[in-house]
Amino acid sequence: MYTLVYDGTFEGLLTAVFEIYERKLFHVKLIKGEWRASALFEEVLQIITDENRANRVLRGLRKRLSAACVQRLYIAQMAEMENEENAIVGFIRYAFDADRNIEEDYGNKYVMRISEIIKMVRREKHRMEAFVRFQKLKDETFYAAIEPDFNVLPLLIRHFKDRYADQKWIIYDIKRGYGLYYNLHDTQYISLDFSEVNNPANTITVFSDDESIYQHLWKNYFASVNIISRKNTRLHLRHVPRRYWKHLTEKI
Amino acid sequence: MDAERITEKLNILADAAKYDVSCASSGSKRKNENKGLGNTSNGICHSYTEDGRCVSLLKILLTNHCIFDCAYCVSRKNNDIKRAAFTVQEVVDLTINFYRRNYIEGLFLSSGIFKDADYTMERLVKIAKKLRTEHNFNGYIHLKSIPGASDELMREAGLYADRLSVNLEMPTEAGLKLLAPDKNRQDMISPMSFLKKEIIQRTEEKKLFKNAPMFAPAGQSTQVIIGATPESDQQVLQSANYFYKNFNLKRVYYSGYVPVLIDKRLPALNTAVPMVRENRLYQADWLMRFYGFHVNEIVNQQQPLLDLDIDPKLGWAIRNMQVFPIDVNKADLQLILRVPGIGLLSAQKIISARKFAQLSWEQLKKIGVAINRARYFIICKSNEFERRDLTGNNIKQFILAESKSKYIKNTQTQLNLF
Ligand code: SF4
Repeated sequence: MYTLVYDGTFEGLLTAVFEIYERKLFHVKLIKGEWRASALFEEVLQIITDENRANRVLRGLRKRLSAACVQRLYIAQMAEMENEENAIVGFIRYAFDADRNIEEDYGNKYVMRISEIIKMVRREKHRMEAFVRFQKLKDETFYAAIEPDFNVLPLLIRHFKDRYADQKWIIYDIKRGYGLYYNLHDTQYISLDFSEVNNPANTITVFSDDESIYQHLWKNYFASVNIISRKNTRLHLRHVPRRYWKHLTEKI
Repeated sequence: MDAERITEKLNILADAAKYDVSCASSGSKRKNENKGLGNTSNGICHSYTEDGRCVSLLKILLTNHCIFDCAYCVSRKNNDIKRAAFTVQEVVDLTINFYRRNYIEGLFLSSGIFKDADYTMERLVKIAKKLRTEHNFNGYIHLKSIPGASDELMREAGLYADRLSVNLEMPTEAGLKLLAPDKNRQDMISPMSFLKKEIIQRTEEKKLFKNAPMFAPAGQSTQVIIGATPESDQQVLQSANYFYKNFNLKRVYYSGYVPVLIDKRLPALNTAVPMVRENRLYQADWLMRFYGFHVNEIVNQQQPLLDLDIDPKLGWAIRNMQVFPIDVNKADLQLILRVPGIGLLSAQKIISARKFAQLSWEQLKKIGVAINRARYFIICKSNEFERRDLTGNNIKQFILAESKSKYIKNTQTQLNLF
C-alpha cells in the first residue's frame, strides 16, 4: 500500500494518477496536505503537481469520457469532501482500464460513488442559491455570508451573476475565509478584513437605511404565511436543516 | 415609506393569500440579457414554512375587499375582518426589494374582487407591466386571473406574466354552486379557453419569429379545494384529467380545506385538514403526468377513493398482480416505472446500467431503488425471488408492517425500555 500526498488541487490529483500508471502502483491511497516524511511509517510518495503530466491524463480522460463527465470529476474534487479523492482516482482508473465509456455503469462502485458525491455537491450548491440572504450596505452593495459544508462558492458565480446583473454584491464564505465580489462588470475572488466590521459602532452604520425595514417585512411575511393547523416540524427541518438558520433572515 | 402601515397591510394580505397552494416558480425561462434584474429558470424554494411548504414567491393579495361571498374564503363579503389594499407601487417595491435580497423568485399575485372583475384585473396587470417595463425585472410573475375578466386584459396579462391561473375552486359544478353562489363555471372556463388558444397561437409565432414576445411561457394552472364538499377522489381526478386534456394545463393543485369559517354548508371548525388525502391526490396526479398511468387505472367505479394507508402506485400494483414480477434486466422503461419503489430517476439509471452488466439486488439498492417495496414485484440477477406465493394483500401487510416498525424505531424511544 502506497500513500500519495498531493496538494489538494485537481491538477495535483491528475499528476498522482500519472504516477500511479508510470510506477505501476496497485494499492494506493491519496491524501491531501503537507508532506511529512518522518511522521508516516508506510511507503509514502510526495506528488509534485506537474502541469504537463496532469494535461496528459486530462487528454486521456477526454478521449474516454464525455466533457460533462470530466467536469463532474473536477467538481467532485474541488468540493473538498474528506477522503473522497480515492473514489475519484478509482473512477479514473476504471475509465482507463475499461475498453469503452463507463460513465453510466451505475453497477460499479466508483461510478456510483461519484454520482452520489455530485448529488451532494449539487444539493449544497442549490441550497446556497436558495439560502443566500443579501443585506444592503450604505454604498448599495448587497452583502451575504455563507458557511456551506463543501466548497461550492466557485460553482455559484454563474447563477448570481446572471441573476443580479444590476447590483453590486458580495457572497462571503466565512468558513473558508474568501468571497466573491461582483462589481457590475465581472466577479473576482476577495478576502475581507472583518476587524472593522465587527466593531459594534460600525455594524449599524454600514447598512442602508431601509435594510432593517425590509428584513422586518420579510420576517413578518414569513410568520403570516404559516398555517398553524398544518404544522410539521420534521418536514420543515428536512428542508431547512438547523445549521443554515443563523444566516437566514427569517430564522434569526 | 410608512413602514408600520406597510407591515400591517403585508400581514393582512399575506395571511389571506396563504391558503392558495399554487406557488411553484418553475416552468418558465426568462434570461437576464439586458443587465436588468433577475432571471427565471428552474424555480428555487428560498424557504419553508413550519408546515414544510415551500416559500418561493411573494404570495399576497392585492386586496381582501371582495364583493363576492364564497363560503370557504376568509375574504368573503360577510366575514367580519380587517380589510386592506396595496397600491400598485407598494407591491412593486416589495417585490423588487425582496428579490434583490434573494428572499424570493418573484411574485404571486391574487386578489379579492373590488368593484368588478375588470377593474381588479386591470390593477394586477398594471403591477406586472410596471415590473417588466420600468424595472427591467425578469423574475417570475404569476397572476391569478379574476373570473369574468375580459379577453383584452387576459391578453395583456399574458404578455407580462409567466403563468396565469383561474381557480376552479370546487371539483364539480354542483360543489361550486353550493359554496360560491356568486361564481359560475362558465366565467372560469372562458378565460381558460381564451388563454389556451392564445398560448398555442403565440407559441407558433415564436417559432417563426425569434423576437415575438413571450406569452405566459409557464402556461396556466388551476386549484381545486378538497374536502369542503363531498366529491370522491374519482370525481376530483377525472375533473383534473379533463382540464389537463382540454385546456393544456401545466398543473392542477389540490388544496386540503382548512376550516376557518362557521357555515352550515361547510365542515365544522375543528375538522382536521385532509393532509393525507391531499398528498395521495398529488401522488396520483404525478402518476398521470409522469408515469404513464391513465386516470381510470388509479380510480374508477369499483375504486372511487384512493387508499389512505398506501400510495396509489402500490395500490395499483397489488390490484394488478398478474403484471408482476417484472425482470428489470429486460423490461422496457414504461413497465419498470410501474414498480413500487422505483422512481423516475432510478428507472432511467437501471436502463443505462444494465447495458454494462445484469443488475443484482445489491446494485439496485445502490441505484436508489427502495428494495423493501420493489422486491415483491421484480426479479433481477439473483436466485432469491422474494415474492414466493404472496397475494397482493400479504404484500401490503408486509410493507405496512415494515414501514411501521421503522416509524416506531425512529420516533418512540420509550419502546426501547423493554
Ligand atoms: S371571489 Fe375570491 S376573494 Fe372573493 S370571496 Fe370568492 S374566493 Fe374569496
